[in-house]
Amino acid sequence: MTKMLTINELKFMYRNRDVLDRIAFSVRPGQVVAVLGPNGVGKTTLLKCLNRILKPREGTVLLDEENLLDLGTMEIARKVSYVPQRVETGRLTAFDAVLLGRRPHIGWDVTHRDLSIVDAIFKKMGMEDLRLVSIDEMSGGELQKVAIARALVQEPQVLLLDEPTSNLDLKNQVEILTIIREVVRDHNIAAVMTLHDLNQALRFADTFIFIKDGRVFVQGSHDIVTSLIIEEVYGLPVMIGELCGVRCVIPTACKIS
Amino acid sequence: MHTEFGTVPADYLAYTRKKVFWIAGSLVLVFVLFILAISVGAIAIPPVDVLQTLFGAGTSTKWDRIIWNIRLPQALAAIVAGTGLAIAGVAMQSILRNPLASPFTLGISSAGAFGAAVSIIVLGAGKVQSTVANPVTITNPYLTTIVAFAFCMLATAVILLFSHLKGASPEIMVLTGVALSSLFSAGVMFLQYFSSDTQLAAVVFWTFGDVGRATWETLPLMAVVVAAATLYFIYNRWNYNAIDAGDETAQGLGVDVQRTRIVGMTVATLVAAVIVALLGVIGFVGLVCPHMMRRVVGDDQRYLIPASAVAGAILLLASDTVARVIVAPYILPVAVLTAFLGAPLFIFLLFRGYKR
Repeated sequence: MTKMLTINELKFMYRNRDVLDRIAFSVRPGQVVAVLGPNGVGKTTLLKCLNRILKPREGTVLLDEENLLDLGTMEIARKVSYVPQRVETGRLTAFDAVLLGRRPHIGWDVTHRDLSIVDAIFKKMGMEDLRLVSIDEMSGGELQKVAIARALVQEPQVLLLDEPTSNLDLKNQVEILTIIREVVRDHNIAAVMTLHDLNQALRFADTFIFIKDGRVFVQGSHDIVTSLIIEEVYGLPVMIGELCGVRCVIPTACKIS
Repeated sequence: MHTEFGTVPADYLAYTRKKVFWIAGSLVLVFVLFILAISVGAIAIPPVDVLQTLFGAGTSTKWDRIIWNIRLPQALAAIVAGTGLAIAGVAMQSILRNPLASPFTLGISSAGAFGAAVSIIVLGAGKVQSTVANPVTITNPYLTTIVAFAFCMLATAVILLFSHLKGASPEIMVLTGVALSSLFSAGVMFLQYFSSDTQLAAVVFWTFGDVGRATWETLPLMAVVVAAATLYFIYNRWNYNAIDAGDETAQGLGVDVQRTRIVGMTVATLVAAVIVALLGVIGFVGLVCPHMMRRVVGDDQRYLIPASAVAGAILLLASDTVARVIVAPYILPVAVLTAFLGAPLFIFLLFRGYKR
């Protein structure tokens, strides 16, 4: 059940403006792809085109041979799960909030299997104590974990994550990205995530796609992430150094006077 | 993705079982109130005799007649209408993600009142027999009901049209409803200004919603519509839960949010329109019952929809029973009392906060 995700010639227009133009890339199962680029460049739009929350003008999103864009919304949801940037709270318990992830698989009512899958994910993510806590009483990090758990019980082959670490402190950022990294490998999911933090991207992603002016500017593995490329895409001079064996990006132009 | 299996945690099962008990307990309360509602009135009938009469073993023909002709249809109408208004309210609040949504706040009731006013004043359906004991006889009740219903559906159509043009956004739906509500209220005032005293009285009396207006002819229609809508909403409970988690999350879960909103709103307003057209304006039940039950069973629509339905039945049945005896020998229309009973209870629950 491990499938390759291939995006071909994807084009999205908003009113008469090209937002995304001829986007193409592919993701192997077990791989995390980081979509990078400045604000407003269309990263979120790209993610939403992949599971047809937004309808692309042209192009295909293939899961092996099958074009996801031809499927019904419920069928897509059985294969692709999506964690939006903003996770809404409510007065549900964490268990019920995660159980909602079984929606695409539920007929009339939840089965024993649904409940036990939810229980397993709580154990796996070490959140058993949170099961019956109402999600409106949770911290940002806990809420994000609930959203990711919800996406995982959907049993997806493709996982889309929009800024999974925005609003999180450093510890939670590392924790969340580590969890994502692990489940993607363990379950052979193809993951696409947008990130602002280039340092986190360098640590947790396998492949990198830089978007500029609605097009793929450059894509590839670690070796394409150079100070030159980053300066081209973000318009900011940076230095890439290595600290304790980890590559990091440091802006050089910002002097505080 | 392969997922290893866990067990179903016992504490979660206990937690859900508690909610089911709440709903079951409330159902028992509906039954008790039902018997009580039939038993009290100008002529008191002991509950035991009520039960006997209902099971066809009544001993007094006089009680038989009172129960079968007057009190039973009225009590059943209170249960059906209360259920209908409450599910319409809970569905609207969830679909529109707005705690103030209800058939009353979205202009359905005002539209019905305007329709009734048109039929009485413009089309001449009303003539009032102005005694306090039997205040209103609308000479052509069918015309009034049909015109009221037509205007309710017109309001629904306008709300849906505008929201369709704007991508079914909840804000557009709510604000269009609020605007329509005041437009129709203004229309009623305009018509009333040019009406005769008797017409004016007929319109005013019509707007006092009264479950006593239900007859054995209209009850089945109301019951079928309410039952079908309840089933529809319960069937969609997972979609409403998904929408509660945010439009984008819902779409990611395969829910067609726009379609779910439009169909849900249509069903909810249809239920409200049928009830308003047949019984008049009964405010507060649709708004308050979902909020009362949120405090008890939480926001999970799996439990909230059935719980609200039962709460609606309880509130309207209790209000109607009190309305019939509180200023005896006069009988108040239930609409006068729903807010009186509901509001303090509602505020009390708001202060008590949420039960988790």
